[in-house]
Amino acid sequence: MTQLLAGRNLALGAEGLAEHVRRLGPLPVPGPSFIEVLERSGLKGRGGAAYQAGMKWRSVEAQSNGAAVVIVNGAEGEPRSLKDRLLMTTRPHLILDGAFLAAKAVRAKQVVLYIGEDHRAAQDSMARALAERTSEERGLVRTAAAPARYVAGASSAAVHLVDAGIATPTTTPPSAHQRGVDGAPTLVQNVETLAQVALIARTGSPTGTHLVTVAGGVSRPGVLEIQSQITIAEAVELAGGPSESAEAVLLGGYFGNWVRAASAWGLPLDHDALRARGLSLGCGVIGVLPGSRCVVCEVAGIMRYLASESSAQCGPCFFGLRALADACTRIAEGGTDHLDLQRLQRWSADVSGRGACHHPDGAVMFLQSALNTFPEEFAGHRAHLRRSA
Amino acid sequence: MRLAVDRIKCDGHGQCAELLPELIRLDDWGYPIVAQEEIPDRLAPLARRAVSGCPLLALALQRRAG
Repeated sequence: MTQLLAGRNLALGAEGLAEHVRRLGPLPVPGPSFIEVLERSGLKGRGGAAYQAGMKWRSVEAQSNGAAVVIVNGAEGEPRSLKDRLLMTTRPHLILDGAFLAAKAVRAKQVVLYIGEDHRAAQDSMARALAERTSEERGLVRTAAAPARYVAGASSAAVHLVDAGIATPTTTPPSAHQRGVDGAPTLVQNVETLAQVALIARTGSPTGTHLVTVAGGVSRPGVLEIQSQITIAEAVELAGGPSESAEAVLLGGYFGNWVRAASAWGLPLDHDALRARGLSLGCGVIGVLPGSRCVVCEVAGIMRYLASESSAQCGPCFFGLRALADACTRIAEGGTDHLDLQRLQRWSADVSGRGACHHPDGAVMFLQSALNTFPEEFAGHRAHLRRSA
Repeated sequence: MRLAVDRIKCDGHGQCAELLPELIRLDDWGYPIVAQEEIPDRLAPLARRAVSGCPLLALALQRRAG
């Protein structure tokens, strides 16, 4: 079966157009029922929210009138994630294939390559790949640099950046697929999702694989392409195994869920199987927390980061996340304080659902997952200064 | 009808909670938490007054979808 990262050794860098076409054949012209093919394939978005790609395309196409816009989302603002960058730097033509298929299918007049401003190798690779494409294809494309902020990858922030140069989320509805760039329906799709589309157009079905980033306490941290049946333990083994006895796994990035190592190892990295357990693969980060690290301090550090990444537009998010992070830090540095534990619960409930975007919701879900997974640690934390990260 | 806050426009002036404490309370930072329920008829005039009293036009009455 074809995989996203099949072909030349990844260390050799980007695959050029000639090699890409030799390996996979030319980009097929999508039939009028390509969106149906996509819907049947069950492909879900790989940016984190796992939204059905076919449904999104259908909705944009229905409102397009030939003026729709496709945003190729390579912002990758998730701190531990590397998979989108790896794909852009090694298989840029898969992504471009997916983008041009999308542009045809939703009758778009423009394709925007939205790539993280710090991801220089990815920008260069995508630009070189674009230069190899037809003039008709090149004429559709413009590029935009995504600021290195956590919220910059959100659909409405991507649209806002392309429209006005400001990568802050906007109030939804309307969502991007209803009213996006210049008011036109806009398809915002993660680069890995588009690469899958390029293979679906050739084979009819997705690869059955996912790109994941194994981070933290493993011997060889980095990106893996894994079959969705394999377990977290197997993925961690592929990443060289734990570097020391592991305490817990943070699954799905900073908006993800904590799982204690003992229960994590047997979990399959399959979207539906995880969802049945109330978990999600999210953006594909498998963060392994080594046993020598203090979970309370780790949680406080990540809450501090998420608070600082609020785009400071909505009061409950800006002030609420800061208050939550402060309370976490007080517990981490000063030891358990039951009033602060109660505040964490009350403020979590107060902040949740009260932003224009889902940044506060994601941060609160992360915190609640930590409080539920590590109740003893939070209830009996001894004062000690937080280690620097 | 129900109340909806534009979270980006809202700066936490708190007028709404003064004018309509039956349905709106303020969080610890002064931003409104509005009841998600349908506005009862007896409170409709007060709700309209709260909407027009918002200095940033961040509060609105919304017909429930569907």
